[in-house]
Amino acid sequence: MIRSLETAAAWLLAILWVLPLAYAFWTAFHPPEFATRFHLFAPLTLQNFVNAWDAAPFARYFVNTVLLVSLILATQLVLVTLAAYAFASYEFFGRDVMFALVLVQLMIMPDVLIVENYRTMAALDLTDTIPAIALPYMASAFGIFLLRQTFKTIPRELDEAARVEGAGSLRVLWEVYVPLARPVYIAYALVSVSYHWNNFLWPLIITNSVGSRPLTVGLQVFSSTDQGIDWSIITAATLMTSGPLLVAFLLFQRQFVQSFMRAGIK
Amino acid sequence: MNRASAQAQIHGWLLLLPAAALLALFTHYPALATLWHSFYSSPKGGRPALWVGLDNYRGMVEDPVFWQVLGNNLWFAAGTIPVSIALALLMAVWVNGKIAGRGFLRLAYFTPTVLPMIAVANIWLFFYTPTYGLLEQFTVDLLGLPSHNWLGTKSTVLACLIVVTIWKEAGFFMIFYLAALQAIPPSLGEAAAIEGAGRWYYFRRVTFPLLMPTTLFVLVNAVINSFRLVDHIVVMTRGGPDNASSLLLYYIYDVGFKFWDSAYASTLTMVLLAILGTTALLQFGFLERRIHYR
Repeated sequence: MIRSLETAAAWLLAILWVLPLAYAFWTAFHPPEFATRFHLFAPLTLQNFVNAWDAAPFARYFVNTVLLVSLILATQLVLVTLAAYAFASYEFFGRDVMFALVLVQLMIMPDVLIVENYRTMAALDLTDTIPAIALPYMASAFGIFLLRQTFKTIPRELDEAARVEGAGSLRVLWEVYVPLARPVYIAYALVSVSYHWNNFLWPLIITNSVGSRPLTVGLQVFSSTDQGIDWSIITAATLMTSGPLLVAFLLFQRQFVQSFMRAGIK
Repeated sequence: MNRASAQAQIHGWLLLLPAAALLALFTHYPALATLWHSFYSSPKGGRPALWVGLDNYRGMVEDPVFWQVLGNNLWFAAGTIPVSIALALLMAVWVNGKIAGRGFLRLAYFTPTVLPMIAVANIWLFFYTPTYGLLEQFTVDLLGLPSHNWLGTKSTVLACLIVVTIWKEAGFFMIFYLAALQAIPPSLGEAAAIEGAGRWYYFRRVTFPLLMPTTLFVLVNAVINSFRLVDHIVVMTRGGPDNASSLLLYYIYDVGFKFWDSAYASTLTMVLLAILGTTALLQFGFLERRIHYR
């Protein structure tokens, strides 16, 4: 009895949870006159997507976002790997202090330091560029922490065996540590890509033109100025910008969930 | 092999250097520069910034909008944190057990997490729209209640944003609980069943205490998020009406990038940094010691 009540409650909550999305799908795939009216046989259309695509430079925004996300991920992977390796397998003066200083970023994220980081970017003459969006996020405390924990679980003997055979520091890292941490890299990459694909406030502040705006900012500019209240087109644009991530998520649901789980266990 | 040799020292530092340099430039320096600039006036026109001591802080204390925004943020935190954590735990317990349609449930709960806040805010904006929106169609057309401008009324706007945030976050926190639940050995449950313990008793005395480290982790994340996430405000309300839905970071954005008063924005940022710093100290100093049994 209680079990079936629970099942019903779980389903009710799930339906509430997908309702806003289902609503957006309905509006985006039907002609504007059905945007807020529900008929089982309302005609389906892709016209809203066409209109949205034509109304703003979304192709450019997509390119910008892909560039941004790749730039951040590529740099993060390199920097985070090197730093985590240093913390996990070297003893150097000031290591613990440095580690504590790295962890500061878990609390004070670049997201809240917008005023000073803008000042820095202006001083470096980088405002309104894609690297300016990426720079504050390139050294990721979360990534360093995650990988350091992983590297620490790798048996010392493997490391020493490789060194006895004459491998240098970087070769040991590349041939022993990195391959063994592959699942953690995948988890970290998924978390990073979805975070930066979705990031908004800092890109909004630092970008100013079509040439550097990522999708999130482009969507905001589009829906606040160009469209008035044409909800059909706005929801189509909304689904379009989150589309690739949503499709990737639906296809690789299990990996996504497991990656987020892995990233969460410290 | 002596790892503490000079070579290990140099290698360690070289490996760390690139990440440390970027962290110093974009985390440590700006945090300190915020403090420094909060003692100066904003440069205006040809006039350079001048040392003004505590004037910015005095101005802040006398700024009614600051207090309003801080109050909003505390309400926002109080509204989002407990509910999203409780829901996350409930969801995790459900999808961890044997429930009909588990795959769909997990998908439904988690999907909001992967979508951009900016995009879902657009969807929710439409949802709340007077007359046309789904909510009004339900309350007015179906229930016959009077029409209400949910986002345009001071008394309801913050609650509307709280709902959106809970919806967005609960599934994310669920994942951490799910991971923790799967790490609990099933033998504990079997032992409890043999002893005749009910499910609620088992949850209260075994599962929940074992989940405490996860709860702490999720709690800290939820606190940070409640002061960090303002994307939906930009889309849905721009802090209005009359600052009723403005949060601290949104106000910093307004002051810093619409009024271009960078000194006052720095002063406000100091408050935000103090809140985040206190959270960190509480986590490491107090809570962590009480919760870890290992």
